[in-house]
Amino acid sequence: MDYQPPPFFSRGPAPLVRLAFFISLAFLLMVLDARFRYAESIRQGVAILAYPLQWIALAPVELISASSDFFTTQVALKRENDSLRSRQLQNANDLLTLEALRAENAQLRRLLEARERLPRRSTLAEILYTGRDPFSRKIIVDKGSQQGIEEGQAVIDDTGVVGQVTRLYPLLSEVTLITDKEQRTPVEVVRNGLRAIVYGGGTAGTLDLSYMAANADVQADDLLVTSGIDGTYPAGLPVAKVSRVERDAAYAFAKITCIPTSGVEQNRQVLVLSREVHLPRPSAEGPTAVKAAKQKRPRKRE
Amino acid sequence: MRFDDRPQRILLPVSVGFVALSFVLALLFNLLPWRNISGVPDLAALVLSFWCVHQPRRVGIGTAWLLGVVMDAGNGALLGQHAFAYSVLAFAAVGLHRRILWFSPWQQAAHVLLLLLACQVMALAVAMIAGGAFPGYAYFAGSLVGAALWPAATFLLLLPQRRPESVDENRPI
Repeated sequence: MDYQPPPFFSRGPAPLVRLAFFISLAFLLMVLDARFRYAESIRQGVAILAYPLQWIALAPVELISASSDFFTTQVALKRENDSLRSRQLQNANDLLTLEALRAENAQLRRLLEARERLPRRSTLAEILYTGRDPFSRKIIVDKGSQQGIEEGQAVIDDTGVVGQVTRLYPLLSEVTLITDKEQRTPVEVVRNGLRAIVYGGGTAGTLDLSYMAANADVQADDLLVTSGIDGTYPAGLPVAKVSRVERDAAYAFAKITCIPTSGVEQNRQVLVLSREVHLPRPSAEGPTAVKAAKQKRPRKRE
Repeated sequence: MRFDDRPQRILLPVSVGFVALSFVLALLFNLLPWRNISGVPDLAALVLSFWCVHQPRRVGIGTAWLLGVVMDAGNGALLGQHAFAYSVLAFAAVGLHRRILWFSPWQQAAHVLLLLLACQVMALAVAMIAGGAFPGYAYFAGSLVGAALWPAATFLLLLPQRRPESVDENRPI
């Protein structure tokens, strides 16, 4: 018969052992999440559990913003109404010329047998909150896989590219902003069509045009737009404006800093664009041509 | 009612429901959209270190780990980043709990400041290794504010455990 201490003396494994166990569990999660993305199901589960918590946490903020909207003074509304009306008159003129230009552009493209850019399906989403994680630049929006959002879709606002959907939940999705340190956006310079890739600048809220040769033709105030080569972003959306170019003979690359054109950090509503897949169209005699080519080869060898 | 516990009071046993409620409220606070404000304390870490110091047999490294995973999932951060930092925090707090309680509330806060700073440095190190951006030194202001809240947290979180202050001449304690 073995004697054991009474149960109120037993304290389980030693603290150091427990610490080692939980630290290794945490590192396992990190590796699974960062390297293999196996932890998505765990994350989804915890996120669904945390969703009501987040909803309750946001309720007072929503209430305050709703009530401040309600108490907007009539004078402010009147002033805003006047300015909007005058702006609408200005815009109407632009809109008419735009219609004409669009028709002309479509015709020219048809003439050039260029692929017509179809307007993409888009979903309006509202930003719920910005992530508390201070190491990354991410926002959470209120549309998820239930509303047909897919991972990798581009997110824009009325003035340019905001970011890309990087993680999907049933009712929410996470958008990585273009200013995130890990986010890359393929762009081209409007002035001369030079292609480049814009890197997020991290917490500073700026963008870097890295790995451009020291003599690359980039000037301050150049507008950068999406090149559309990646197939994620439609071509021609404004991304950033070059704010400063530093050329140092000691380095092979120029240091180019840009400021995003869109209100990356300011907006409330964003537009999620559905992804278009452009596969090369099979030509009319596609399969037969391939067969003919296959048949030709042995003949040549003979 | 006195703010510090000199001479030390004999407290009622803690209710597990109240501990859970305090964790849920701290998580709610942490999940508010605080992004643009620096110096917002990590209340989950503060409440966690409080219970680790006061109830080391009920709240420990396991609780800390779970809390960290929920924080990571809620923030969209790398999963396990806070779980790691909170586990180390809980280990240090449980290890120091006998020492910390000897001091006055503000001296306790100085100990807790070190714990919270260490927790932030852990989270920062993991995030930087995983490729995050350095958030600036204002990031550490959260720990200062959190430690300054320690005496208030002590008062609030011990409220349900206080005995009614009825003077009874016949009662031995």
